[in-house]
Amino acid sequence: MASVSVPAERPKGLLRRPTATSGFWAWFTTVDHKKIGILYGITAFAFFLVGGTEALLIRVQLARPDQDILNTAVYNELFTMHGVTMVFLVVMPLSAAFFNYLLPLMIGARDVAFPRLNAFSYWAFLFAGIFIYSSWFLGGAPNGGWFGYAPNSVVDPTRGMTFYAIGLLIAGIASTVSAFNLAVTIINMRAPGMTLFRMPVFVWMGLVVQLLLAFSLPVITIGLVELLFDRLFGTHFFDPATGGNPVLWQHLFWLFGHPEVYILILPAMGIVSEILPVFSRKPLFGYQFVVFSGIAIGFIGFGVWAHHMFAVGLGPVANTAFGVSTMIIAIPTGVKIFNWMGTMWNGDLRFTTPMLFSVGFIAMFVIGGLSGVTHAIVPSDYQQTDTYYIVAHFHYVLFGGAILGLFGGLYYWWPKVFGRMLSETVGKVVFWLMLIGFNLTFGPMHVLGLQGMPRRIQSYPDSLGLSFWNLVSTIGAFTIAVSVLIFVVSAIASFRRPKEMENDPWDARTVEWLTTSPPPDHNFDEIPVVHSLDELWHRKYAETEGGRVVPVAAGGSGDPAHGLADEHGAGEHDGGHAIHLPGPSYYPLIAALGLPVLGYGLIFGVGYVVAGFAITLAGLFGWILEPSAE
Amino acid sequence: MATVAQPAEHAVTEHAETSTGLPSTKLAIWLFLASDCLLFGALISTYVLYRNASTVGPFPSDVFDIPYTSVSSFVLLASSLTMVLALAALQRGDVARSRVWLLATAMLGLTFVGGQVYEFTTFVEEGLGLSTNMFGTSFYVLTGFHGAHVTVGILMLLTLVALSFGGRITPEGSESVELVGLYWHFVDIVWIAIFTIVYLIPTNPPAAGG
Repeated sequence: MASVSVPAERPKGLLRRPTATSGFWAWFTTVDHKKIGILYGITAFAFFLVGGTEALLIRVQLARPDQDILNTAVYNELFTMHGVTMVFLVVMPLSAAFFNYLLPLMIGARDVAFPRLNAFSYWAFLFAGIFIYSSWFLGGAPNGGWFGYAPNSVVDPTRGMTFYAIGLLIAGIASTVSAFNLAVTIINMRAPGMTLFRMPVFVWMGLVVQLLLAFSLPVITIGLVELLFDRLFGTHFFDPATGGNPVLWQHLFWLFGHPEVYILILPAMGIVSEILPVFSRKPLFGYQFVVFSGIAIGFIGFGVWAHHMFAVGLGPVANTAFGVSTMIIAIPTGVKIFNWMGTMWNGDLRFTTPMLFSVGFIAMFVIGGLSGVTHAIVPSDYQQTDTYYIVAHFHYVLFGGAILGLFGGLYYWWPKVFGRMLSETVGKVVFWLMLIGFNLTFGPMHVLGLQGMPRRIQSYPDSLGLSFWNLVSTIGAFTIAVSVLIFVVSAIASFRRPKEMENDPWDARTVEWLTTSPPPDHNFDEIPVVHSLDELWHRKYAETEGGRVVPVAAGGSGDPAHGLADEHGAGEHDGGHAIHLPGPSYYPLIAALGLPVLGYGLIFGVGYVVAGFAITLAGLFGWILEPSAE
Repeated sequence: MATVAQPAEHAVTEHAETSTGLPSTKLAIWLFLASDCLLFGALISTYVLYRNASTVGPFPSDVFDIPYTSVSSFVLLASSLTMVLALAALQRGDVARSRVWLLATAMLGLTFVGGQVYEFTTFVEEGLGLSTNMFGTSFYVLTGFHGAHVTVGILMLLTLVALSFGGRITPEGSESVELVGLYWHFVDIVWIAIFTIVYLIPTNPPAAGG
């Protein structure tokens, strides 16, 4: 592409710097945040299908009482892999896909702060996923739950939990690096005039999520290192026989694990906060409250972890303190719900597919949030813990919340990314099927849990009276599967439509719609100068004295600083051909490739460890010495 | 924000000013160091939890040689001074002097790591292995993790020295030296915490029967 100015040939560097920015191989060397975002999205969606299939197998096994379709060992592997996949390989990277693609566009930047590091994050994530999944063929998948409680995870004789520890360490490196990168991008790369409080809520939630990642992942990293040392090198971190304490694992895990919950949900909250104002044709109600609530959730999220451990026996003082902090975190969450409803109140509502998913998100998240408050009450939690009631709760917030929100985002930004609309008719079918299937699957689990059905059991006798709701739940799971399949078909079909969409099909409010859809490599022909929150809206509409909204005449509001992606802006800058963009690079891929090799080495022999180190070091040194195009 | 009042035409130049005025690399390294605090925080917490938990010896008081470790700690802290001198020399424009100080920093770091290897060997000979007791488990992993950080720092310092011979470290581009320096000082400060908590605060004498 002409927009990449190739640096003058210099002899330094191990490999010639690649130059292609289009075609199949360009995907392996790209450092463009938009391409990396698409890669994240496709990979995460593929893992979503895999993790969903695992869920279906679980539901098939539980459909009828006393079944033995899956034996207990395989059942343990399946529920563990379902959890690990959905948390680390689906919701986190799918959110990363949105952040990667949209954050620079929403703040008016040409790319992220460190484009090659961004590519490294993606490859490390992909290799972590492949590494964990390769365990199915190399001695058994992880089988100790996504939470990997010690000492069970230490003494298990299969290799599964070793794959779990190493795989999550690699995924953690990917996420931590990406968190630094995106946080710096938001803090440092904003367009002129884009002050912190003119940033869209999605960008704010992005910032909070990156900081949560940066400060919670190190804690699980140490937990995983200790688990790995216990398994491989004979240390006793979690071994009660020599004075070790397995509860330490729970503290380290949940000190990460609870911020993680907000890492999963805040992106979806950000997405919904973008979609609702557009389809209500009103600004977000109480923007500052939504932003500060998000920040408050981020802070308080570090102080509630022991509510996962009420039954451990920490004592009444600790349990009460964590019960109270858990109830407190419901306040900022509740504030957001009222703000979203206030946004829709008296709005000029358009129930497009993204809007339906957003409204569905609010309704389902409220149910999940309310059942969450019931576990903040310690005596009540004693009854619910380790039952299907908990499973119902977190699927209402993570599927009903995060996944519905992310699907809303897919429908809303699909035209931005691909320049084609997804079918609205099919989209509504997908939404309603998914919503009904979701409630059929997880609604009955509340009842099953209160009836006492424990989590993580492979079967149950008919005499317990759990059979009916389990069957309903399985039917619901297959309904969700049908809705996802229809989505996949509709997504593929969207590429057969001609690219003749306008740039701003939803009449949106934020600056990512100011450029073309899909955006050029350099994002904006001219970096927008931002004058207000909802910048694009104010460029398109003005308010009369009577408070009526009227369109501004074409060509901007007359202020010369306003005109940008219009014709003269593009002409002036030669369609962006003179803009200097970072060149593609092999090294992020090479540096990331060493990590799984090193990981296999810890299991299969020291030779691979040396090789893995060598590959990563070679990648890093090549990276440093690479002739700069950045 | 510094850039709010900036005219539009400046924003499209190739190396636009950052929104905060801070270089992005420096912001990123500060974030990394803040995040790294939690890595050490979790490890130090583990050590503190287990410091009196060993049921069999050797116990800390059996193996620690405080004067020896004090000297190697002093060597590491001295390397922070040479690191500052390296940056100062480079900013004055004296690349050759800067290179000497960088090399001195790396050598002091190497002395510290060498001292740690010697200390570990001595402890192992005295019967304290990684899996002997809770002290061995938590001590080796914590101090080894710190030693790995120092080793990475040495590697970066030597890389800077090598790059300076290629003319890639210039007074105008002193930022890379500054960033490595931030990392190096951080690793030194963490050692002060570890030295105090692990070596200087005495553990309870092991109760009879553990």
